[in-house]
Amino acid sequence: MTLAKFDQSDDSVFVIIGSGAGGGTLGNELAQKGVKVVMLEAGARFNIPDFVNDEWPSFSQLAWTDARTTSGSWRVAKDFPNLPSWIVKAVGGTSIHWAGASLRFGEWEFKAKTTYGDIDGANLLDWPITLDEMVPYYANAENRMGVNGTNGIPHLPGNNNFKVMQAGAQKLGYKTVFTGNMAINSQPRDGRGSCEQIGFCFQGCKSGAKWSTLYTEIPKGEATGNLEVRPLSQVIHIEHNAAGKVTGVVYADAKGVMQRQKARGVAVAGNSLESPRLLLNSASGKYPDGLANSSGQVGRNYMRHTTGSVYASFEKPVHMYRGTTMAGIIRDESVNNPKRGFVGGYEMETISLGLPFAAAFFDPGAWGRSFTSKLDDYANTAGMWIIGEDMPQETNRVTLDGKVKDKFGMPVASVHFDDHPNDIAMRNHGFKQGGAVYRAVGATRVAEVPPYPSTHNLGTNRMSANARDGVVNKYGQTHDIKNLFISDGSQFTTGAGVNPTLTIVALAVRQGDNIAGMMSRGEI
Amino acid sequence: MTMRKVDARVKVTRRQFLQTSATVAPAATLLAGGATLGSEAAWAQASTLSPHAMATLTLMARDTYPHDQLGDSYYRSAVAHWDDDAAADVAKRQIIADGVVGLDAEANARFGANYIDVASEADRVTILQAVEPGAFFKAVRADLVVSLYNQKKLWPKFGYEGASAQYGGYLHRGFNDIDWLPST
Repeated sequence: MTLAKFDQSDDSVFVIIGSGAGGGTLGNELAQKGVKVVMLEAGARFNIPDFVNDEWPSFSQLAWTDARTTSGSWRVAKDFPNLPSWIVKAVGGTSIHWAGASLRFGEWEFKAKTTYGDIDGANLLDWPITLDEMVPYYANAENRMGVNGTNGIPHLPGNNNFKVMQAGAQKLGYKTVFTGNMAINSQPRDGRGSCEQIGFCFQGCKSGAKWSTLYTEIPKGEATGNLEVRPLSQVIHIEHNAAGKVTGVVYADAKGVMQRQKARGVAVAGNSLESPRLLLNSASGKYPDGLANSSGQVGRNYMRHTTGSVYASFEKPVHMYRGTTMAGIIRDESVNNPKRGFVGGYEMETISLGLPFAAAFFDPGAWGRSFTSKLDDYANTAGMWIIGEDMPQETNRVTLDGKVKDKFGMPVASVHFDDHPNDIAMRNHGFKQGGAVYRAVGATRVAEVPPYPSTHNLGTNRMSANARDGVVNKYGQTHDIKNLFISDGSQFTTGAGVNPTLTIVALAVRQGDNIAGMMSRGEI
Repeated sequence: MTMRKVDARVKVTRRQFLQTSATVAPAATLLAGGATLGSEAAWAQASTLSPHAMATLTLMARDTYPHDQLGDSYYRSAVAHWDDDAAADVAKRQIIADGVVGLDAEANARFGANYIDVASEADRVTILQAVEPGAFFKAVRADLVVSLYNQKKLWPKFGYEGASAQYGGYLHRGFNDIDWLPST
């Protein structure tokens, strides 16, 4: 196989910025359809043997640790002021780090404004797509990712951490409790092996059982001869012509030298912090507020899911770190039932941290015996993560920092976030129910753990039927510039109460169909 | 079948431990047993920071993250790097040197002795609480939460087994061997 290599002056290539769940999938889709694609990835290219089963060294290897700033009342701004998110800077993006949970939105979750009504302080909007329209693309995504519980793929066996949660859930009367719809092979499939219950799902799957674009979509795209991936290529800004159409991008290569790649069209898939930052940093005389920002919505409505964790100590060992990190789920709270005191739903999913990250994240900043006694209980600890729909708020937003610049002289992303009262009510409900699950099977202590730096970053270039309400249309095409697209979670209109990756992939597949169609019709 | 305890393969003998931790903490003289944390003699080889400063950091490490199951050597290993850091970075040297002076001033004001000579842990904790908002405590604590718990040799004491891929994961090593839950 000869890898594609396209000329920088070739203005017939389609440029994709980012190689994660959105960008990596779109790149493969377009390459399969014969479109020439240059994929620019800010991070390095690793392979499965490079991953390390060791939390801090892995974090140093994979995490996006370039400077960012934070503000707002969320605790992350206090605990981790320069680390608002925990995402990956590498080929494959955060699809290397994700846990694998692959859930479809409920029908109502595409209609948040209609379903929830007007909520004070929330900038709710219905998606311009329905579940019916998404079903074939969800099915496509589940098949390509090998989601268990779909396509005849068996569920994974439950580990100790799941068994504790399951026993408590059943005592509480919860009904929908199982090992999840995970994009982790429970049997060999698609040239990849079966899960070995290694743990360390967040550190890159060393068996390759968990789907990641790094070793699925990207090599498949490259095999067509139509996809060229350029690692260590950080895009600085997107260029356009006098007519307003984008014409290419300027990026810093591995040596920090500026390069220009011409393009027929550009898709931005740099995650919800970097994608709006790039649009804002691409401001020009014609677009003084940044590209695709006539609505003023670029960077706004930042969502991160309402999260929190519950860790419980028991008399006897659990060894929660053995086996898949997200080993099972309780779905009974994922409905919209405003009688609970909030709109939207949430999931309870097992989670585990190794001892080094438990020390860092169980109660950031805490010290002394009340804290260390929790770590003394480590072997006897079970854990779950609460993940639910948070309210989009215009003032929760990514802006350009006024002072801090990256090594290329570009302003860094500044992330402001305040919890909405609905978010707080939901989190408190989740803490209460999670604690009850564990107490039902004899927990001797229950600890409510605040949100980690965000892995689910959503909404900052949102999809809207009307150009005034958002940044992109139902195909992820920007309202303002026909040949500029958004292909990551930043296009989410609302966040829904489920993990976002399956929807990001389904949208990318759908977008690939539509971009290819627009090209063949000569529209872009 | 009963639950598999922490794998014997990751247990470390005392001999191995002394050998490897000596490479991590060259400045520390590894003394066995307790009651040595405040010992300045243990840090006679410290080159940039004073033995008193290193001894203070070591006791402060245990008081910040106290685990009675951990011997002193783990705390010494966790803070040993500060001597090298201070040699390489004037600002860090200043934070530690000034911080120890401030800590001792607080200790003398409250208990009429330097921090390492205050006998009661509860008393020392009140000193730490007094300096908690300052740059010194913040820098030491933020470093310590990594440098203490990232020592692989202490993981088995907490029942954490670390890397598993090289053993074929936990698929055949107890990922689902819990045996005490009520039957459902």
